[in-house]
Amino acid sequence: MRRFELALPRSVDDCLKTLAKRGADAKVVAGGTDLLPQLKNGLLRPAFVVDLSGVVLLRRLGVNRQGLRVGAAVTAREIELDPRIQKDYPALAESGALVGSIQIRNLATVGGNLCNAAPSADMAPPLLALEAEAVIAGPQGKRRVPLVDFFQGVRRTVLAPDELLVELVVPAPKARSGGNYLRHTPRRELDIAVVGVASQLTLSNGVCAKARIALAAVAPTPVRATAAEQALEGQPVTPEQIERAAELAVGAAQPISDQRGSAEFRRHLVRVLTRRTLTTALARAGH
Amino acid sequence: MAKQTLKCTINDDAVEVLVQPYTTLLDALREDLGLTGPKEGCGTGDCGACTVHLDGKPIASCLMLAMQVRGRAVRTIEGLGRADALHPLQDAFVRHGVPQCGFCSPGVLMAAAALLAENPHPTEPEIRYAIAGNLCRCTGYTKMLAAITEAAGATSAREGA
Repeated sequence: MRRFELALPRSVDDCLKTLAKRGADAKVVAGGTDLLPQLKNGLLRPAFVVDLSGVVLLRRLGVNRQGLRVGAAVTAREIELDPRIQKDYPALAESGALVGSIQIRNLATVGGNLCNAAPSADMAPPLLALEAEAVIAGPQGKRRVPLVDFFQGVRRTVLAPDELLVELVVPAPKARSGGNYLRHTPRRELDIAVVGVASQLTLSNGVCAKARIALAAVAPTPVRATAAEQALEGQPVTPEQIERAAELAVGAAQPISDQRGSAEFRRHLVRVLTRRTLTTALARAGH
Repeated sequence: MAKQTLKCTINDDAVEVLVQPYTTLLDALREDLGLTGPKEGCGTGDCGACTVHLDGKPIASCLMLAMQVRGRAVRTIEGLGRADALHPLQDAFVRHGVPQCGFCSPGVLMAAAALLAENPHPTEPEIRYAIAGNLCRCTGYTKMLAAITEAAGATSAREGA
């Protein structure tokens, strides 16, 4: 591995001070599961690395009636196994369970998954569908950014070099809500989504009060399928409506062809996985 | 570039060692501490040969910086059992002839040991799930499953005694 200096801050403030001085040539490491391979293969060559493992605040996971507060350094494994997340935010728990392997998930963090900003990030679609906000700390204090505005491109986010993602705030879904995340991969473990789809539905008086659908690995960033969402809202959620929404979701995809799958195959997967996740979300909402 | 002082617990011993800031936990274990049980297969977290326990949980030691385990407890295959008192999993691996080339065995054993610590009576799908992050290029998975299943019985029998 190329050489770098390593800072070991013990608080968010310590971390911000370091980033203020060295942010331009620094990378932040949380779990390291995305960063270390990129340091080893030379894709990233920072002179300075800031380790977050000593910042206890970032590992807090709070659940109450308002919703979830997930510290940026909460691991994928914690998200997979937390019974409160499994019950009320099942799409998120399912996405956490699909990251890497157990050995990876015990290290990999939700903040790292988002800040690495891969189009295929598994925890991004459920958090987009749940309308999460990113809490970002910087020299001027904290700001909140809706996750839908957080991603700027492949491996690019709104984070400035002197800023740190500290927390995700996820509002609690209303009564009669359900969600689901599915991805397609040739292997179940240690693979990267060919396509990932998260759906989140809320029912009220026999119709869909709210629909949120988010897609991974079909555009430069994880994206919402807003046309599909709008087609569902205000209507009874029938198999025909689900099929129509799945068709509309394909329009939100701008996939590329690569070794994982052709653009045509990815569009097909968007339709199939949107249909399946909406069907499961509907069942979980207590149809 | 200045080395940093790493203080942690490794296999129940308090350890203090100087490491480079860019040294991985796996390299510190193997090169600085002489614990060559954990192996580097891929170096990218894909094979599981470097699996060790961090505070009781299995992790890929090739994806962590050594300094990230400061103040924490690491266990390697060297600390799972002793030559004269093998862990039930190690004993079962020997009797079932699980190791072929043997390169993946330490990682598989650490993954399985973490499973049995959390879940002493795993089902076969649970065992498969627990070792899904470990690749065996000799493809010796059937014997692994048999040995882990048997050791799970032995572990629980011992706990009951």
